[in-house]
Amino acid sequence: MMKTADTQVIAQPGRKIIFRLYTLTWIVLAFTGFGQMPIFKRYYISDIPGMAWSADFFATHYIHYLGAVLLLGLIAFAAVDYLVLDRRRYRLSGAGLVRIALLAGIVVTGVFRVLKNLPDIVFSPGATMFIDIAHLGFMMLYLLAVLCFAFTRSGWLVPRSGGL
Amino acid sequence: MDPKISRRSFLKGTLAAAGVAGMSALPLPKSARAAGGQELATLIDIRKCIGCEACVEACKDVNAPKFPEPEKPYPKMYPSRVKVEDWSDKRYTSDRLTPYNWVFIQNATVKMKGEERTLHVPRRCMHCQNPPCADLCPWGAAFKLKNGITRINSDVCLGGSKCKDVCPWHIPQRQTGVGLYLDLLPAFAGNGVMYKCDRCYNRIEEGELPACIEICPQNVQQIGPREEILQKAHQIAKEINGYIYGEKENGGTNTIYVSPVPFQELNRAIEKGPGKPHLKPVENTMEHADNLAKAMVIAPFAGIAAAVGKIYKTIKDTGNSEAGHDENR
Repeated sequence: MMKTADTQVIAQPGRKIIFRLYTLTWIVLAFTGFGQMPIFKRYYISDIPGMAWSADFFATHYIHYLGAVLLLGLIAFAAVDYLVLDRRRYRLSGAGLVRIALLAGIVVTGVFRVLKNLPDIVFSPGATMFIDIAHLGFMMLYLLAVLCFAFTRSGWLVPRSGGL
Repeated sequence: MDPKISRRSFLKGTLAAAGVAGMSALPLPKSARAAGGQELATLIDIRKCIGCEACVEACKDVNAPKFPEPEKPYPKMYPSRVKVEDWSDKRYTSDRLTPYNWVFIQNATVKMKGEERTLHVPRRCMHCQNPPCADLCPWGAAFKLKNGITRINSDVCLGGSKCKDVCPWHIPQRQTGVGLYLDLLPAFAGNGVMYKCDRCYNRIEEGELPACIEICPQNVQQIGPREEILQKAHQIAKEINGYIYGEKENGGTNTIYVSPVPFQELNRAIEKGPGKPHLKPVENTMEHADNLAKAMVIAPFAGIAAAVGKIYKTIKDTGNSEAGHDENR
């Protein structure tokens, strides 16, 4: 099987752990994000043994926040790592740019949502709703994009011409 | 405490803002600014309440246009565990919170100075300073205004009841068969609209007092900037050797109760259950999330630090490797 730029990069020492952590973070974020809607109890998810916590809105909220902490750390790590170590040999693919644009949307709306939740910070009702719906929208688009890219095997990076 | 002073100071504040704004109808943020940039809080002096329910009636009258008018028959819900909550035929219920009753009186018979006495406690939304209902609402249907009022937008609410679950007092109440969910997936998502006290936000916008405060023949309630209200509450508590509820509960609320007996005692004496909130101490429900929010500020720096460490190690290893090659040449 032909190795993509991504698999070559991920194969580097330590990167596999980061990639797995990133995937796990997204699974946690997506699950607890959907758990912000009152659906897990309604649709029996919390009845599954060991899943009772999923109906606790504070639990899913804390875990979602923890996931966000991890995601922000991983994004910063990956950005610096790429800019310093990989940029000369690899460039971002179109799929990578789409991922980054959607990620930026998720992160920015998420940051505003967290700010809104702090005491003493009040957004207008319209802005609050826009942020909520945009956050959900970016997330749905990101998931859709990741599924499409998995199908088309489009990674984040492509080798620069003459880079390899 | 002269309640007229409270009313006067409140109106003075809003009128001052009207002067600044040059408008007769004040937008809410202006009202809040008029109150010295502070949130507006209400003070409920339990001693004064005689349980006449004039506030309950006034609330019903003034807010009737906001009450739900559900369409029947209600859509069949899937899965079947989702139950219809219908108060439309019981809209005159006044002994608990319902979608049609946003304030009610709890009676507590307690011993005071060796004598039994019944105290009356008007109960409604506490209007938390950091309301979990607004913070955790997934749609932004529940929200807090700058003047300290927490509202639910009935045009947007899907009636998932999350706000009721996360409210330490389980205040919001649901009415099925009304609202946006009917236009979306009525059988599979949503179940109506949540209702609760909005502290007559529209009257406040116009510089008027909330109906429950205006109508009260005993002047049980006062409204004003939170700091001022807290000062008054402490002054009364000092005078009567009494107790305060709402100053610290759930991190602070904009409804401050003053009582001549401890709230644990009142809590024991009141009837509790669905639509009948407790008077127990409440920890700050959003505190842990707020701390995690601080961690989000640190996280990118930690990520950058980890990357720099890795880059340094990589450069060092590459240097060693190249030095090894040079030595072998």
